[in-house]
Amino acid sequence: MVKKRKTKVIELKNVSKNYDGKPAVDNVSFSINKGEFVTFLGPSGCGKTTTLRMIAGFEKPTSGKIFIDGKDITDIPPHLRPVNTVFQRYALFPHLNVFNNVAFGLKLKKIPSGEYFTDKSGNKFEKLRKYTKEEIKKKVNEVLKLVDLEDYEARDVSSLSGGQQQRVAIARALVNDPEVLLLDEPLGALDLKMRKDMQIELMNMHRKLGITFVYVTHDQEEALTMSDTIIVMRHGVIQQIATPKKVYDEPANAFVADFIGESNIFSGIMLEDYKVSCMDHVFECVDKGFKKNQEIDVIIRPEDIYIIPKENHAAMVLAHIESCVFKGDHYQIIAMVGEYELMIHETNEALVGEDIGIFIKPFDFHIMPKARIINEIETEMVSENVVDICGANFDCNGAGLLGGAKVLASIPFDKITIFDNEEDGQIGGEVVNTIYKGSYYQCIVRADNYYIFFVDTQDDWLKGDRVGIGINPEDIQIKELLDNKPE
Amino acid sequence: MQKNILLTIKNKIKGFHITRSVFAYPYILFLMFFVIIPLALILVNAFLAEGKITFQNFIDLSKDGASLKVLGHSFLVGVVTTGLCLIIGYPVAYILAKMPSGGVLVILFILPMWVNFLIRTLATRAIFQAMGVSLGEGTVIFGMVYNYLPFMILPLHTTLSNIDKSYSEAASDLGADPVTVFLKTTLPLSIPGIISGVIMVFIPTISTFAISQLLGGVFLFGDSINDKFNHGLYGVGSVMSLVMLVFVLLSNILLKRFNKGEAKSSVW
Amino acid sequence: MVKKVFPKIYLIIILALLYAPIIFVVIFSFSNTTNFTFPRGFSLEGYRAIFTSSHAEKLVDSLKNTVIIALISSFASTIIGSVSAVGIFYMKPKSKATIENVNQLPIVNSEIVMAVSLMLFFTTFSFPTGWLRIILGHITFCTPYVILSVMPRLMQMDSNIYEAALDLGASPIKALVKVILPIIFPGILSGSAIAFTLSIDDFIITQINKGAATGIDTLSTYLYSSTRSASGFEPFWYPLFTIIIILVITIVLLVNLNKFKGKGKKKEEEV
Repeated sequence: MVKKRKTKVIELKNVSKNYDGKPAVDNVSFSINKGEFVTFLGPSGCGKTTTLRMIAGFEKPTSGKIFIDGKDITDIPPHLRPVNTVFQRYALFPHLNVFNNVAFGLKLKKIPSGEYFTDKSGNKFEKLRKYTKEEIKKKVNEVLKLVDLEDYEARDVSSLSGGQQQRVAIARALVNDPEVLLLDEPLGALDLKMRKDMQIELMNMHRKLGITFVYVTHDQEEALTMSDTIIVMRHGVIQQIATPKKVYDEPANAFVADFIGESNIFSGIMLEDYKVSCMDHVFECVDKGFKKNQEIDVIIRPEDIYIIPKENHAAMVLAHIESCVFKGDHYQIIAMVGEYELMIHETNEALVGEDIGIFIKPFDFHIMPKARIINEIETEMVSENVVDICGANFDCNGAGLLGGAKVLASIPFDKITIFDNEEDGQIGGEVVNTIYKGSYYQCIVRADNYYIFFVDTQDDWLKGDRVGIGINPEDIQIKELLDNKPE
Repeated sequence: MQKNILLTIKNKIKGFHITRSVFAYPYILFLMFFVIIPLALILVNAFLAEGKITFQNFIDLSKDGASLKVLGHSFLVGVVTTGLCLIIGYPVAYILAKMPSGGVLVILFILPMWVNFLIRTLATRAIFQAMGVSLGEGTVIFGMVYNYLPFMILPLHTTLSNIDKSYSEAASDLGADPVTVFLKTTLPLSIPGIISGVIMVFIPTISTFAISQLLGGVFLFGDSINDKFNHGLYGVGSVMSLVMLVFVLLSNILLKRFNKGEAKSSVW
Repeated sequence: MVKKVFPKIYLIIILALLYAPIIFVVIFSFSNTTNFTFPRGFSLEGYRAIFTSSHAEKLVDSLKNTVIIALISSFASTIIGSVSAVGIFYMKPKSKATIENVNQLPIVNSEIVMAVSLMLFFTTFSFPTGWLRIILGHITFCTPYVILSVMPRLMQMDSNIYEAALDLGASPIKALVKVILPIIFPGILSGSAIAFTLSIDDFIITQINKGAATGIDTLSTYLYSSTRSASGFEPFWYPLFTIIIILVITIVLLVNLNKFKGKGKKKEEEV
């Protein structure tokens, strides 16, 4: 097998996009190789669709540059870009039948005619021509065959099923021989079985055609199944770019781990190289290079945990089985290690109430630096000993700092309270995400001025809920920022 | 410098970044000229007398007994007409909403709306003349009700037929007798329809022009406004128009408040 | 049993009252008198008078004016309305809401106030009396309806349709002409029909803005002046009413029945 030469087809350099000052995509850089199947994966609102739309040309980046084949296309309008898009709800033209939908792009295209002419100043140009009717017919028929819709040319698009409309949308894009095919959650509107079938078909098409696919989805399974490379995004920031296997096995941080597959996530401390402490125990692991006693997150996939008899000398910790539920191809077992909850996937049933031993291989402890260990907010003093945090004022021990002084306010995760009722807290916000950390939940709340708070809480907060953020003024640490003298 | 500007304009037109909202600009200008400025002129003229900004026109109107009487009278005719339309129209809309074929039948009730109102008015007058009824207050109100009844039935029918049947079913399931069901569920739920019906009848009735004159020689507010302008009394005429305008705006604010999310009723 | 019959009787009574004047006019259009008797039995005298009366020329003239004004103003408002509906649809939410509110003004405003406000405007800026004023006035109150009839089409449209056209290589103008226009066309069509009907039907705006001296009359203003003229009511009016009534009722019924047929068909297809 000849190894393909890797050439960059798409490259984004420091691309940001703001809507009314709110960042949707924040300083994103990456490149995509020719022929690759790349998936943008992330929860809704993470900036994945915006990124795709900037590649297609529907959105103009606020800053940064986009290259296709090494050419800067940042200012090129969409109709002049060598990419085609399959839209989320297909966006088929309702007034045209299947044939004319697919032929739409071909009818507009101008191709070299092989004839030349010389203008007054002596420059030689190749004349352009349009496709002939026969050529269009041939191309449309070919592509309809590719998507299994050979006899549907004359059909009204509204009379087609969702899956068929999806195929027309793909055919309509592919017929233009795009260098890159952009797919914006193309399978989102299909039912589960249809989705599985289309996944396989899309993969086959990608293999057969050899063009680059850029795919957007929030479905992690879809991303893992189909892609060569996954780009995980959150809050407009790329979290990880890696192969599906790597994203699954070595998630870059707790967010990626939580979003991709099921996992146990614990806060821990890296005691020294190869030695991690979590769940009140010390384990051997394969990671090194962390600072001594650095706070980290430990991720253990449920299928990497083995249940062994508690008497077995290999048992690292003892656990108590809380529940055991059959999930079709495995049992999902919840076991308590002291106060920590551990999720285990096993092929054998376990008895509820039984005490067991736990064994985990050293390389199945995935150690990740914490995204943040304390909430830090750059802000300023409103007046002496009063600090502004996200629009609310707090009395604090400001060490005599005067109003207007720039300060860094720090609040520990566990010193923040979340209230159901927005009015009960001093700051209003929206729950972005909640990650279970074995014995508590880490909840991520975005305040109305877009500052993101990490909060350790006992409750599972629903994503998207409006909540109040409460802070006890005594828990705010104030440090003066000295490095920003006015110019 | 100029070349630069030309270049940017050219780029804007050539590129994708020409915003499609540009297409609205000519019409925005048109609205400015033919809707906003004319209404502003009414406002200006209302405060303008002998080239000065004064309240003179308001004072003149408040002293003009005849005009005030017309205003009061129009108001009365409007209230009576609207009330009668509601009393007659509500049962019609209600019965139609309950009938399976009501959606088609309602067309019969609003069909006369499409015949020019002058023709309808003259037809009513013809009947009165043929029956030897002398024209006056009574015939004016009858003609008004006749003219505006479809405007009451249409929004009422739309609202009533959009009320989910399960509400009244739930009410009777909870032990309400038919009268209570109507009073406690159907009637409150049809309030948006009632309000839009009332406005659709009341506003045109008080500002009616020509109808009342043809039907009984009665002079209403619309005729009065026209009369003032015909006699060159732009100031007082503007004040009267302003009064009308306030009515219209207030009623629309009311309508918006009650009609949140309510589908607009239309014959098309 | 009685309970079931009563509502139907009520509906029939109201319908009878609603249609009585119309039917009355239709019947007496054959009497050729204005005092509603049949002295000479049924006659078509009145119908003949449409062409033979001494005022026939005036009548035909006003009819012609009505149609010309309706054609010009509905055409203009259809173009303005369709183009600006697209523009308004793609505006930012806040300015969009403002424009839509102003656009409502001519619809909700009392006709007499709109008529006098336009008159004030035309006089203040010395617009020439006659055609220009009438047609501008008609465009002003017709265009909002065109916009209201095109807007729902745009709103039902898949939000990515325009981008899909660009994506497939259509320039912005081509995308508008080849994709947006065909999709909103039914809305444009019904909008122009509404505009045409409203313009033909209008009395107040025309009456107040035509200017007495120009002598331009549409059917409705001529009818109005005829009711007030000393020479009395022309015998051709009731026959003319009959023709108009039958025409209007037929058209509206056809349009509405078609709509219901269409709806039924769609339901069958869904099944």
